Amino acid sequence: MLGAFSDTMNIHEYQGKALFKAHGVKVLDGVHCTSVADALQAYDTLQSKVVAVKSQIHAGGRGKGNLYCPNTGDLLMEGGVKIAFSREDVETYATNILGHVLVTKQTGEEGKLVNHLYVESGCDIAHEYYLALLVDREEKSVLIMASTEGGMDIEEVAEETPELLHKVNVDPNAGLMGYQVRDLGLALGLSGAAHKSFAKMLRSLYALFVQEDCAMVEINPLVRTGDDEMVALDAKVSFDENAEFRHKNWDDLRDLSEEEDVEIRAKETGLSYVKLDGNIGCLVNGAGLAMATMDVIKLYGGEPANFLDVGGGANEEQVKTAFSIILEDPNVKGILVNIFGGIMRCDIIARGVIAATEALDLNVPLVVRLAGTNVDEGKAILAASTLNIHPADDLADGAQKIVQLIGGEA
Amino acid sequence: MGIWIEENAKVLVQGITGKQGMFHADKMVEYGTNIVGGCTPGKGGQTVELQGKDFPVWNSMFEAIEATDADATVIYVPPPFAGEAIMEAADAFDQIKGEGVVVCITEGIPTLDMVKAVAFVENRPGVRLIGPNCPGIITPGENGGAKIGIMPGHIHDKGRSGIVSKSGTLTYEAVAQTMSIDEGQSTCIGIGGDPVNGTGFIECLAAFESDEQTEAIVMIGEIGGNAEQEAAAWAAENVTKPIVGFVAGATAPPGKRMGHAGAIISGGKGTAEEKFAAFEAAGIACARDPSELGSVLLESLKKAGLR
Repeated sequence: MLGAFSDTMNIHEYQGKALFKAHGVKVLDGVHCTSVADALQAYDTLQSKVVAVKSQIHAGGRGKGNLYCPNTGDLLMEGGVKIAFSREDVETYATNILGHVLVTKQTGEEGKLVNHLYVESGCDIAHEYYLALLVDREEKSVLIMASTEGGMDIEEVAEETPELLHKVNVDPNAGLMGYQVRDLGLALGLSGAAHKSFAKMLRSLYALFVQEDCAMVEINPLVRTGDDEMVALDAKVSFDENAEFRHKNWDDLRDLSEEEDVEIRAKETGLSYVKLDGNIGCLVNGAGLAMATMDVIKLYGGEPANFLDVGGGANEEQVKTAFSIILEDPNVKGILVNIFGGIMRCDIIARGVIAATEALDLNVPLVVRLAGTNVDEGKAILAASTLNIHPADDLADGAQKIVQLIGGEA
Repeated sequence: MGIWIEENAKVLVQGITGKQGMFHADKMVEYGTNIVGGCTPGKGGQTVELQGKDFPVWNSMFEAIEATDADATVIYVPPPFAGEAIMEAADAFDQIKGEGVVVCITEGIPTLDMVKAVAFVENRPGVRLIGPNCPGIITPGENGGAKIGIMPGHIHDKGRSGIVSKSGTLTYEAVAQTMSIDEGQSTCIGIGGDPVNGTGFIECLAAFESDEQTEAIVMIGEIGGNAEQEAAAWAAENVTKPIVGFVAGATAPPGKRMGHAGAIISGGKGTAEEKFAAFEAAGIACARDPSELGSVLLESLKKAGLR
């Protein structure tokens, strides 16, 4: 995936295709299935000699991925997207996919459990193309990218043959212009009916992108059929989370099983949490400072267990939730709290830290660095407590102390 | 002097009757910012009490600027309406004065709303947008000064370091670091970490370079995008004053989002290492630990014969 850089919400291919269909972007007939029986019925309904049986997960590289049994770890099947030539094929593939773990180069080693399947009619492919729409942060506009090299790893295309990746930035005041559509069609070597079909599809896609507040729409491959029709064979759609307030239907499209449970809970409390592999838990205010805190821990020989931003106006309750989320991670051997109080007062944070450590029966070393508004009161409150809290003067001091306390290098 | 905002700049507050707007307007008045009133559609004619003094509220930015001849506005409007609030302010400043500074604090504005708003502002060259999703801009003065945003005023002091940063609390950290070596600030700007925003690093560097009060610059970046690399290359050619830099996110795992919308590495572009390398190639003195920004700045000042 190119350029997914926003807080975005991903949806499945089958949901993306339903959206395409609703907006007049041509897709093949297909059925969303959650059981082998569903898949067989879909095969009977579609009346297509050849069907594609496609694993539905929020990650790319499905075709080249492998399916494993979650219990034994045995390899069940190579390829998460299969072409079935018979009812028996459909049964075999659906059985190997559903309830099993698909590992692709985008999922990480642990892979993703597949609960959804899409069974789709086959079609006669004359050529495969690549097409994507996304927000270009440098140009501050929607960027359309297209290539004749469909079905390939587009980052490789961009790297090795950049002249084959055609780009058009849409002026937000003018919208997508006719000449831009024509130029892209010509760049892809399209003419006649295929060019007309492409133009209609691209206009519909741009309208969809804007109306649905997308962060990215990627079609790889987009195919030209033997009848010169342009059809979206794939649909990777993600939405801009900030626009959720004007899209009530997103709740139904969200697949919570694709998101980390603890990250969802953090989000619900207004915290931003990402689990990492280290053993030093961090609790920080501000995303930039939270990242810098992780960097400094590493600089002094430690490994951060998480990223956690309590935001600009955290209260005692949020601090407590933050601690409990950090402590759920069994790898955590110590915690570093780093707060630069602006609007947030250090005395309030200090009280929150004490309340949380008492309530949660904290038994790992805790280093607290406070700076900013009411810092002296905050430090006094921590010093007066009987809890085992190690104060730090600045970020470097805090990082060195926590690394030492858990027996690291610094 | 400082950049863009003079110590006594006249400032309006959009969303002044809301909880956030009123709270921060009060803090700004307390700091010494010359707040001249605010704007909340439907609440024109009312007044808001800040620090024991009444301030007028207008229905529109056109009315507010006509009445006050304001130089700047700060936006605390909720995300669904913030994009339009930016455009209203830009339109009014452009039509009435031909210039103005729009500071947008709001976090969580839809990206496509910002695409539209930024294009709108760019069509009005006299208007400058700072943010969104940022702490704002502050020009500390002898007594108080102009604090336009949510930063804690009391950590600042008037001086000669210009600070520009993508992230809020890291800006405060940089301010504290300058103070630790007895240096104050000319102007501090948080440009915000959203994918699509107004004023960028290069414009800030250019303004600091031509500002007489500013003698050194602190630049704080974040992973994601290539604004830092472009700014570094530009600085190598155009900035004569010493620059000190830091980039947050060296340990962020690829593909994981880290709170800030912009802060994500995708396909190996925009890593901290890449940015540090660009800084170093441009002669920017880097701190690998923000707690060392002060000592690195001191060294740079000494090298330049300024200490």
